[in-house]
Amino acid sequence: MIAIKDLVKDYDNTRAVDHLNLTIGKGEIFGLLGPNGAGKTTIILTLLGLSEPTSGSVTVNDRNATSEPIKVKKITGYLPDDVGFSENSTGLQSLVYTAMLNGIPREKAIESARELLEIVGLQDAADQKTKTYSKGMTQRLGLADVLIKEPQIMILDEPTIGIDPRGIHDFLGLIRKLSKEKGMTVLLSSHLLHQVQKICDRVGILVGGKLLAEGNVHDLADKLFGARETSFTVVADPVTDELVHKLQEVPSVSEVKKNGTGIIVTGSKVAAPLISQTVVQSGAKLFRISGKEYGLDDIYQHYFEGGANHV
Amino acid sequence: MDWTTSINTILKEEQIMSDIPAPFRVLVEKEISDHVRSWRFMILVGLILLTTSGSVYTILSVIRDNPAELSAESTYLYLSLFTSSINNLPPFITLIGFLGPLVGIALGFDAVNSERNNGTISRILSQPIPRDYFINSKFVGALIVVFALVFALGFLVLGIGILFIGILPAFEEFVRILMFLIFTCIYIAFWLNLGITSSIVFRQASTSALSALAIWLFFTVFYGMIVRMGAQSFIPNEATANSLTLMFSRVSPDYLFNELTTVLLTPSIRSLGALSFEQVSGTLPSTLPLGQSMLLVWPDITALIAGTLICFGISYALFMRQEIRA
Ligand SMILES: Nc1ncnc2c1ncn2[C@@H]1O[C@H](COP(=O)(O)OP(=O)(O)OP(=O)(O)O)[C@@H](O)[C@H]1O
Ligand SMILES: [Mg+2]
Repeated sequence: MIAIKDLVKDYDNTRAVDHLNLTIGKGEIFGLLGPNGAGKTTIILTLLGLSEPTSGSVTVNDRNATSEPIKVKKITGYLPDDVGFSENSTGLQSLVYTAMLNGIPREKAIESARELLEIVGLQDAADQKTKTYSKGMTQRLGLADVLIKEPQIMILDEPTIGIDPRGIHDFLGLIRKLSKEKGMTVLLSSHLLHQVQKICDRVGILVGGKLLAEGNVHDLADKLFGARETSFTVVADPVTDELVHKLQEVPSVSEVKKNGTGIIVTGSKVAAPLISQTVVQSGAKLFRISGKEYGLDDIYQHYFEGGANHV
Repeated sequence: MDWTTSINTILKEEQIMSDIPAPFRVLVEKEISDHVRSWRFMILVGLILLTTSGSVYTILSVIRDNPAELSAESTYLYLSLFTSSINNLPPFITLIGFLGPLVGIALGFDAVNSERNNGTISRILSQPIPRDYFINSKFVGALIVVFALVFALGFLVLGIGILFIGILPAFEEFVRILMFLIFTCIYIAFWLNLGITSSIVFRQASTSALSALAIWLFFTVFYGMIVRMGAQSFIPNEATANSLTLMFSRVSPDYLFNELTTVLLTPSIRSLGALSFEQVSGTLPSTLPLGQSMLLVWPDITALIAGTLICFGISYALFMRQEIRA
């Protein structure tokens, strides 16, 4: 449904998107994960033909988004990260306006606007001016605004921003339900792993305009987890410099750090028996050895802290 | 029977077609309703009514009570309604020349940046419409409002005049007034475009308004002075200095508009600028027909229209090239 090929987008002196390749199938929910400034919004804007790529191509439903933006925008609903509505219109009026821009006659627009307001839980605020809406209400209205054109593709830029935890749960549940019921393709961006994890079929981790990893949430954890190192905490007595030195010599151990009465050893999983053997052989008493495995969280954290310089 | 059915289907299709709202129309309608319902617009209308009513009222009372007080040449009563100045009250055309730019700038200065700041622009541009619909609808919507406002005002004055004076305006008078109203709209459209342009360039509405007002002030207050001083101090020959002053003054839209409307509404003006004594000697003091008046200000007309179009072109080009989030 969405195919991004070798996309590059340069701003004056920054490369916002760097040779990105990505395909998203029909009916799939794809989560684009990345820290601030990773290029999520930039990718989304090129998908809608609102921003021109420096090189590469973007096709949506086999239409080139840059040369035929109107055909793409006809079937795509977009929720911007800073969504807002005309201040002096009511929620209902705003939806009707969007519907009419999509060629839906007024009567039908009013009808479906009411339905949608009910679905997103804004039926009581339908005739209230949008400037009186809270951030979360605006976000919900934004979702209704995306849905009123009955899109085949939904593109949501940080949809959960400004919604309270319970609201997020409902909101994401709603997106997933609608997508599965109507077979809609969803692309959503976020910098919060937990949320994306819950509803996405597939996620991509984007840092510095590059896609570092991409795949099913569980696969991704395994894939990255396998390659990662484990950190062992070894509690022994006495901790001598000689012991530290010996540990460093153990094969498949990459780093040893003294930490009070304990030692932090970083290495691959298989190093555990060798580590305990070394400690015992050196004449120290081994009280405890525990390994901490990296979860998807940590990996994500790692990428994000490392930012672009990890790449 | 064949063709009746086909006509029926065509009619039905028509029906369906007319039900589907054309996006550009929807955009323009929204613009108009936003303008008309805003406080800003009400204030502008109030301002215009207040300032012009004084001028028109005094002239009307003079016409009724003591027509001799009006200058002898005013055989055109209705035109004098727009041009005469009594008791030091500025005439209608001066007031409009002054308030017009204000109306234009007020309707345009936050056209694009407010939508940007509200986060509505990306939502609207993600609907299936060409990008230029957005900027065009801003212009067309405001222009329709301006036309409605100017013509309502003009016809109001005319209507009150007819009630007071009791005779209908001559056809030529009527056409001249109509022309005046049309050029007023074009003049306001120039400032409207300037306002829209600055709303694209500046993110802050207040900066945008200030910069547009600064340009307006420059042309109305300082530009004339600068040109006159420059010409007088650098060119010793007085005749050349005068003609140069005139040439450079015409760069100012404000000057163009004043010259244009004064000539249009004062048929007795026979020439722009100074005439030599030989040229004047032997002429009868008479009035010009409309066609001749138009001919006289033809350069002004083209310049004003060109200025408006150029301004719109600039705003169009800027908008089309600007990033959605800039
Ligand atoms: N108009 C612009 N001019 C110059 N650089 C820009 C412009 N817009 C974005 N950038 C740069 O492009 C990069 C990607 O920005 P983008 O907005 O796509 O990030 P993002 O992933 O959406 O971040 P966030 O999570 O903060 O929304 C950033 O480094 C940003 O500085
Ligand atoms: Mg963003």
